[in-house]
Amino acid sequence: MTTYIRRAAALCALLLLALLVNATRVQVLQSRAYDDNPANRRPEIARWGQPRGDIVVGGRPVTGSTDTGEQLRYERTYRDGPLYAPVTGFASQVYGTTFLEHAQDSVLDGSDPLLSFLPLWNDITRDRNAGGTVVTTIQEAAQRAAYLGLGTRRGAVAALEPATGRVLALVSRPSYDPGRLSGNGPEAAEAWARLNGDAGRPMLNRAVRQTYPPGSTFKVVTAAAALDAGVVTDLDAPTRSPDPYTLPGTTTSLANEVEGCANASLRYAFEWSCNTVFAKLGVDVGLGAMADTARAFGFNDPGLRIPFSVAPSSFDTEMDRAQLALSSIGQYDTRATPLQMALVTAAVANGGSVRAPYLVERTTTASGRTVAGSGTHPLRQAMNPTTARRLRDLMRGVVEDGTGANAALRHATVGGKTGTAQHGLGNSGTPFAWFIGWAQSDDAVEPQVAVAVVVEDAEAVRGDISGGGDAAPIAREVMRAVLKASDVP
Amino acid sequence: MTTKAGTTLAADPSDPSPPPAVRLLRRRGVEFTLTVVAVLLSVYGYCAVGLARYGTVPPGAADYGAGLGVLALLAHLVVRLRAPYADPLLLPIAVLLNGLGLVLIHRLDLETPADQAAPAQLNWSTLGVALFIAVVALLRDHRVLQRYAYVSVVAALALLALPILFPPVNGARIWVRIAGFSLQPSEFAKVLLALFFASYLAANRNALAYAGRQIWRFRRLQLPAGRVLGPIVTIWLLSVGVLVLERDLGTSLLFFGLFVIMLYVATGRTGWIAVGLLLACVGAVAVGWLEPHVHSRVEDWLHPFASIEAGQGAGQLAQSLFAFAAGGLLGTGLGLGHSILIGFAAKSDFILATAGEELGLAGLSAIFLLYALLVERGFRAGLALRDAFGRLLATGLASIIALQVFVIAGGVTGLIPLTGMAMPFLAQGGSSVVTNWVIVALLIRLSDSSRRQYAPGPLPGDPLGEPEGRDGAREGRSA
Repeated sequence: MTTYIRRAAALCALLLLALLVNATRVQVLQSRAYDDNPANRRPEIARWGQPRGDIVVGGRPVTGSTDTGEQLRYERTYRDGPLYAPVTGFASQVYGTTFLEHAQDSVLDGSDPLLSFLPLWNDITRDRNAGGTVVTTIQEAAQRAAYLGLGTRRGAVAALEPATGRVLALVSRPSYDPGRLSGNGPEAAEAWARLNGDAGRPMLNRAVRQTYPPGSTFKVVTAAAALDAGVVTDLDAPTRSPDPYTLPGTTTSLANEVEGCANASLRYAFEWSCNTVFAKLGVDVGLGAMADTARAFGFNDPGLRIPFSVAPSSFDTEMDRAQLALSSIGQYDTRATPLQMALVTAAVANGGSVRAPYLVERTTTASGRTVAGSGTHPLRQAMNPTTARRLRDLMRGVVEDGTGANAALRHATVGGKTGTAQHGLGNSGTPFAWFIGWAQSDDAVEPQVAVAVVVEDAEAVRGDISGGGDAAPIAREVMRAVLKASDVP
Repeated sequence: MTTKAGTTLAADPSDPSPPPAVRLLRRRGVEFTLTVVAVLLSVYGYCAVGLARYGTVPPGAADYGAGLGVLALLAHLVVRLRAPYADPLLLPIAVLLNGLGLVLIHRLDLETPADQAAPAQLNWSTLGVALFIAVVALLRDHRVLQRYAYVSVVAALALLALPILFPPVNGARIWVRIAGFSLQPSEFAKVLLALFFASYLAANRNALAYAGRQIWRFRRLQLPAGRVLGPIVTIWLLSVGVLVLERDLGTSLLFFGLFVIMLYVATGRTGWIAVGLLLACVGAVAVGWLEPHVHSRVEDWLHPFASIEAGQGAGQLAQSLFAFAAGGLLGTGLGLGHSILIGFAAKSDFILATAGEELGLAGLSAIFLLYALLVERGFRAGLALRDAFGRLLATGLASIIALQVFVIAGGVTGLIPLTGMAMPFLAQGGSSVVTNWVIVALLIRLSDSSRRQYAPGPLPGDPLGEPEGRDGAREGRSA
């Protein structure tokens, strides 16, 4: 019997061996495949198992995390959620992440290997780093001024520091509180449904993800192209343009909203926004040179990221001359995001060169060690420095003598350009009011802020919409806020 | 082979006996030390859960440690008094597994505040240890049990049939619910059945092995006389049949394996193994094909991710595999895994997944080795015993543990189709923990007998009746 008991014991040993081999297979050899299975909730649980890193504006976090004690433990909270929503986006346990929450997700949730001193060590211990901090370039005062300035009207504001490309304000109205989407309960689902069904589209980031016909503000680009190409050499010389202007190759005639545009000088045409003069200028410059200049300003660039992606602004490269004429005054197919128009005015303010815009000053670990700085941002020459100087002169004239008087500030030089963009079938829609501008304190060596404001207000009476009346005051308050902040040191 | 098989009561001549001096060491000090270590390890695990979850030593740690410590101490004392020659590893392993099980259940209780299972498990463990003490104290000689073979088989069949009267729970009709308590009678039945098999086979093994017709020319496929084989096969078929009716797949598999192993050990007929395996395959394929409950288990085993592909989320087995995979080599640490995702069976059938996730392959292997050691000690007691009944009983009890561990561990790690059963000592389940303490008590008694018989001269507490006074002298010599 001894032999048989031994054999029975050997059988049990074999069973044990089979268990050990199989456990090794599951736990070591094939564990990665199981870990990566989309139905495995552990990555989500780990992701929300610690407080998410913060997004900082002006030295103070605008985000936070609250311990719910649930399986997905920490939920995102927001301070002044609607104010910063176009910057932060949301971080939802159900609906994913957007904007900075999305672009800097690996830093914020602690999975970025750069957060650890020894990345390999974390691979071994499988610890997750504490969430890192994202420090933004946003100036709280400018952001708030833009937000309050837009008020209940639909629209967007983008403000930049021309010399660096730092984004100082990024506002979109109507807005929403991203904190409502943080959790995974029925409240979040309800908020999600409500926000998606809202006709005002509060979750649309109009500052970077919506393109508008830029209208007359595009005349800055047309003027730059004309001056660079030498089509206009003297700002005050007559441009030999008719009023009304018959679009080339058609019988359609283009008129102006203001008087005195026939044969006006570039200065007069710019200050009073003569459509006829700029339409003809665009045709005179030619499609190739117009398209090159637009591209130099940043149009037709699908790769722009700040670090989240920006909707590409477009200037058509294949048009007949009539379409080119309309495009040159910011109509037809020309479309721009508010951020793009802020870049246009920043290029003028910065001596003709434009810095790639960025929103993240630096990222740090939870303990404050810098992980990544903003780095050097590519510089692109949009126009000759001489052209930029003359355009600055023209833009200053708009505020001092022309349509942009509402943007003027005391103790500062302000340049601007208004725009009232027609849109819709047969221009039936309520026009968009635009203002782009820059400002320089009297004691500063260069302009400190470039801003673009667009107001789309379906409620307003059509005749009341104008860049100078609706958009310029908002831009003025944003510029005032930035100048005031930079006066402090 | 013939001569060896014939000498049931004499020491096996091929069995190499170690020097008597080594045999005679009682090793109660070793047992005490190991038991203390087992209790301390369990308390450490309890504290580790609290530290990982709340950053503090949990307030219940002292109570838990004291409770487990008192139980272990009482068990140790009764072994010291009543079975002084018993194998010193059996009790510490049982204490450690039971303590670890309590830690794991307590740890899972943290995820289900509305459903606390650890206190009940501690109560059942207390009852189990009480039964352990009763068995070790009252059962002076295991050969007494041989007399109760037919009583035990009747009791076993009655217990097995009992759940048919009660409504099924989660697809299986294996529970008896009385006054808020739920019992799983098949757990108790397996010990009784092992007892019956051992008794019957010990009495009839010669007839089974050497009488009967030779159906094929190969001797190994010789069938024994029907009148000898008949009753035991009937009992066995009844048990398995009832279990299949109740859809208690794990236990039917266990009974099947137990019967084949014990028959093989009793008769030495490899043919029985062949016939048994053949029958098992036919039966498994037939049941797997026809019975929808079993069929779905087999489908789950073959395609654990089918429900994910169908868009219904991960099933139990997939969640279990995720848990094991998440543990990796070293585990997430006690209290830091997410095996609660497995769902309602996490504390019972799938408790091993929590061990695998939080202790890793290292901890899981250690648990497997603890079971292996328990089984090996059981077989060792069987090898050293001189009576066929004792040998068969030890083999049967060791096989029960081994098969049960294999069936449930193989099931939750995807090695074989999943069948619901409790991991011995580890899993939530009152009937299971009580039964396992009885099994360990019987193994203690068997190992005590097996080691005692090598002592020169009569022994204290021996059924033959010896004066207790000689105990001190022997202890002095062996120290």
